[in-house]
Amino acid sequence: MSSATQTLEKLVSQASPSVAGEVEKPQVLVGIATCALAAGARDAMDAAKAALNGNDGVTLGQVGCVGCCSVEPLMEVRKPGEPPRLYVNVDAGRAAEIIRRDVMGGQPIPEWQIEAIEGLGTPAKGAATGAQDSEVIDRFTRDWRRLDYFSRQTRICLRNVGRVDPENIDDYLTVGGYAALAKCLGELSPQEVIDIIKAAGLRGRGGAGFPTGLKWQFTHNAPGETKYVVCNADEGDPGAFMDRSTLEGDPHSVVEALAICAYAIGAKRGFVYVRAEYPLAVQRLKLAIQQAEERGLLGDNILGTDHCFHLEIRLGAGAFVCGEETALMASIEGKRGMPRPRPPFPATSGLWGKPTNINNVETLANVPAIILLGADWYSSIGTEKSKGTKVFALAGNVVNTGLIEVPMGATLREVVFDIGGGIPGGRGFKAAQIGGPSGGCLPSQYLDTPTDYESLQAAGAIMGSGGLIVMDDTVCMVDIAKFFLTFTQDESCGKCTPCREGTKRMLEVLQRITAGSGEALDLERLRRLGAVAQRAALCGLGQTAPNPVLSTLRQFPDEYEAHIQEKRCPTAVCEALVHYFIVEDKCIGCGLCKRVCPVHCISGEARQPHVIGDDACVRCGACYERCPVDAIVRQ
Amino acid sequence: MTTRFKKEVLDTPAWWQDLDRYIDEQKNNNPGHVQSALIPVLHYVQDRYGYVPEKAVNHVAQSLGVPTVYIWGVASFYSYFSLTPKGLYTIRVCAGTACYVQGSQAVMNEFIRRLEIQPGQTTEDGLFTLEEARCLGACGQAPVVMVNDRVHAKVRPEQVPDIVAEYTALAHASAEAQA
Repeated sequence: MSSATQTLEKLVSQASPSVAGEVEKPQVLVGIATCALAAGARDAMDAAKAALNGNDGVTLGQVGCVGCCSVEPLMEVRKPGEPPRLYVNVDAGRAAEIIRRDVMGGQPIPEWQIEAIEGLGTPAKGAATGAQDSEVIDRFTRDWRRLDYFSRQTRICLRNVGRVDPENIDDYLTVGGYAALAKCLGELSPQEVIDIIKAAGLRGRGGAGFPTGLKWQFTHNAPGETKYVVCNADEGDPGAFMDRSTLEGDPHSVVEALAICAYAIGAKRGFVYVRAEYPLAVQRLKLAIQQAEERGLLGDNILGTDHCFHLEIRLGAGAFVCGEETALMASIEGKRGMPRPRPPFPATSGLWGKPTNINNVETLANVPAIILLGADWYSSIGTEKSKGTKVFALAGNVVNTGLIEVPMGATLREVVFDIGGGIPGGRGFKAAQIGGPSGGCLPSQYLDTPTDYESLQAAGAIMGSGGLIVMDDTVCMVDIAKFFLTFTQDESCGKCTPCREGTKRMLEVLQRITAGSGEALDLERLRRLGAVAQRAALCGLGQTAPNPVLSTLRQFPDEYEAHIQEKRCPTAVCEALVHYFIVEDKCIGCGLCKRVCPVHCISGEARQPHVIGDDACVRCGACYERCPVDAIVRQ
Repeated sequence: MTTRFKKEVLDTPAWWQDLDRYIDEQKNNNPGHVQSALIPVLHYVQDRYGYVPEKAVNHVAQSLGVPTVYIWGVASFYSYFSLTPKGLYTIRVCAGTACYVQGSQAVMNEFIRRLEIQPGQTTEDGLFTLEEARCLGACGQAPVVMVNDRVHAKVRPEQVPDIVAEYTALAHASAEAQA
């Protein structure tokens, strides 16, 4: 046994975890993450605390978000020798009752448990494609395997989220934390570490999918004494929260991975660049770094070896473009976050001109598991070219919104319908928007597309960072294209013309189309402008900004045609193209609509059917809202 | 008479001494790369001052030895930094994709109507600043509204008056407590 491992074992033996490890006395765990807090988890925690009234026979602790956002706040009750019970929608009242009846009284409340929620707790019907058993995964899921929602997932990146108190390093140490770092420092040379990552086939989860091992190799090979590692936690894609959840639920996995990466490439200093909009993630990461320093797992002579590594947090400041690696580095250097042409790539000339390795949060979180369980194990999961798992943030018009992790290659259908539970309110599936402002919309004929880098690209979307927004049939695709372009246009840093001007002109065309003054030539204009930006923009932001427009144009040409030719929005979303009229048979002539109309364009005698003057109508919808008999139609 | 609500600004000599101490700390952390301390320092100022005022920019320029114009360039590039004072409560309506498809625009419109200000503006009484937020990462709870550090989940337009009333009452209560 190496001295590093021995030093670690001593730390583990002295650890006093809050919630991780064997359940020796009853535990009550409350999920505390941004999403859970929004749903009222603090009230649940306070109520549980009050109900326990200082009873030290029960542990009350916090964990990260296990991913079932739709039924938060969550409370888990664990007792020695009993299967854990996951309670859902736990408000203050429920929390107190759960403590009284289950924890103290030994009477579980089945109707409040996750099993009672259709689609989340129904018996497992088998795992998603390529799901693997392993010690690590099993440790997380064994108690919940019976639940459909979890049995279809393979949690590697999220292996500890929901199982450890993210604010106590001892929890992480108890579940095997920092063992991968000890193994690297004690038994493996930097090159051997890189070889494992290469053989595992890990690819960048930030969107582009570049092989991580190769990136490490380039930085390792680059000449120079001073090198840096950077973790890109500037999760700016609207609709994505994988990195937030990982940092809030298991920050040490990222800290450990950065220390491993620093060892492999020969860096002594590193940065985590994280969004300022994620205060809880920042706070927990800060604490994690501080605790790791106290235990000698960061800083000088890590675990008694020669390896020194200092890690700092840098806050983003609300610039989406800083997710691009060269812009991110400019921001760390204290400049405006503007990208620069590559090459030179950061691996040879990055921060302050020194070799720099940049990886995304999710990529890094996989690293300790790969080192511990081996490249063969990791590469057995996923598809031929896309190894391992992918975390998706499932949101929008889907029943089980939340965070899930599935083997690469699981189909969209499995993700959206089997795990996500399909579309709420009995509405139809229209499209899955994948890859955020850089990605595309995939309609139903693509539901059997495997979620791997190549297949998604071939389908006209991209893997992106993992935001997956499900859209039902009430969503207007032209409006969505405009939504994304408004975003990218606003976030364009303005350095290169194709992005600065191209996105602006494309947005103007879309504004025209949704305002009812689109021309037949507009579609061609969009295609041409899009093609130019894709080819000529300086960085990923501009190169991918046209994707949401071009993909909707390809998949939903009829909707664009309806807006332009018929001046009609098929989903009645685009205000200017919406028409209101009164169904004569239904109208009772009460005159309420006439009274609320701000432009007095409704006419009709009392107790006689009324009529809306479409020319003068400003489409405010006031009459539509007011009508007591639903006689007004909007289309 | 309308009450003017103002954030407590710690414009005291001690405040500036604390700032200097923080700047020195950042300078020492970044030997040879003083400029790298700029964004952390701007965060420090905004966190404690509520926004980035001109006198702080001038002060930081002196301390770091960086031209004032450069600092304005950086501070105005990043949307997180505010160069004007904000209201007591900043209401940020999330306009991320998940919130958008779940109707965040209607929520925003209701705030605009109720507060009689546009996104980016502050109410006359200094109570509320309205902003459109990029994704707040709570997509599972869409549409979300963040008031200062508190996130409100699954907000419907009809809840907007209650939210406004809640914080108005809170502000009046604390103003009375101070008086």
